[in-house]
Amino acid sequence: MPYALAGGVLALSFGVLAREAGFSALGAMVMSAIVFAGSAQFAAISIIAAGGGVGAAIGAAALMNSRFLPMGIALAPSLPGSAMSRAAQGQTVVDASWALANQGDGRFDRFHLFGASAVQYVTWLSGTAIGAFGGDALGDPRDLGLDAIFPAFFLALLLGELRDGRARGVALAGALIALALVPITPPGVPVLAASAATLVGLKRRHARQAGQRA
Amino acid sequence: MSGELWVLFAGCALVTFVIKAAGPVALGGRDLPPRLNGVIALMAPALLAALVVTQALADGERLHVGADTAGVAAAGVVVWRGGSVLLAVGLAVVVTAGLRALG
Repeated sequence: MPYALAGGVLALSFGVLAREAGFSALGAMVMSAIVFAGSAQFAAISIIAAGGGVGAAIGAAALMNSRFLPMGIALAPSLPGSAMSRAAQGQTVVDASWALANQGDGRFDRFHLFGASAVQYVTWLSGTAIGAFGGDALGDPRDLGLDAIFPAFFLALLLGELRDGRARGVALAGALIALALVPITPPGVPVLAASAATLVGLKRRHARQAGQRA
Repeated sequence: MSGELWVLFAGCALVTFVIKAAGPVALGGRDLPPRLNGVIALMAPALLAALVVTQALADGERLHVGADTAGVAAAGVVVWRGGSVLLAVGLAVVVTAGLRALG
């Protein structure tokens, strides 16, 4: 499970950075335990470390997490139960487990989602603990190339999704939207905005003569 | 630990909860119109592509090509040629670390 290892390493660097930002080791672990959203945690503590306010840090975390909105919408039809139950099931979404649970036809295997997220939660917490208590003894994870794990893993899953011309067009459009927005919007917005490319799916498939706008 | 940091933790946890709950609460537990399903089926390619490029071709808020870009590209070639995901991810790590060691 390379993604769980990558999550652990990411958590380790979160633990180290949180200490440098002035958090206690316990504080770093509490944040990982109750927020459990890596990129949002990084966004929030980097604002604090730079001297920003709590409101700005929460705002950055919300923007970073905004991609879970389209992910949750995609997941929704696959989650049964009451509204409370669905809200709870929705909490298990992280990037890697969402991608793994995707069955490719718009449906998601929720037990695959829960299982993958449970493994990630354990490595996320233990990684934070190691980083927060003993981070100084460890080298720079970047030297080991571990930051390449997540994008390589997502690319492998993406290639499996490119079954037809429409999926390829939407992937290309999503990538271009994200790249165009990276320099001009706060982190998190580019991935959220890329979901707009899926609106081409509103068109019926046989309406080809209208041309593919994505 | 100051009270302000606990406000930060609670705030981050709350916004994360609300964002993750919104889709499943609003749209869950029933079948959606077929045209919306067309949109949902395209979420994975769009979001995965955006995650790949923002992680492999950018560093924070600037575009950046580095050792990790080459490693991720190598992984793409492996999968495209029919190799396993594990092999691809392993090669990405080796290429990225190797280039950083050389550079």
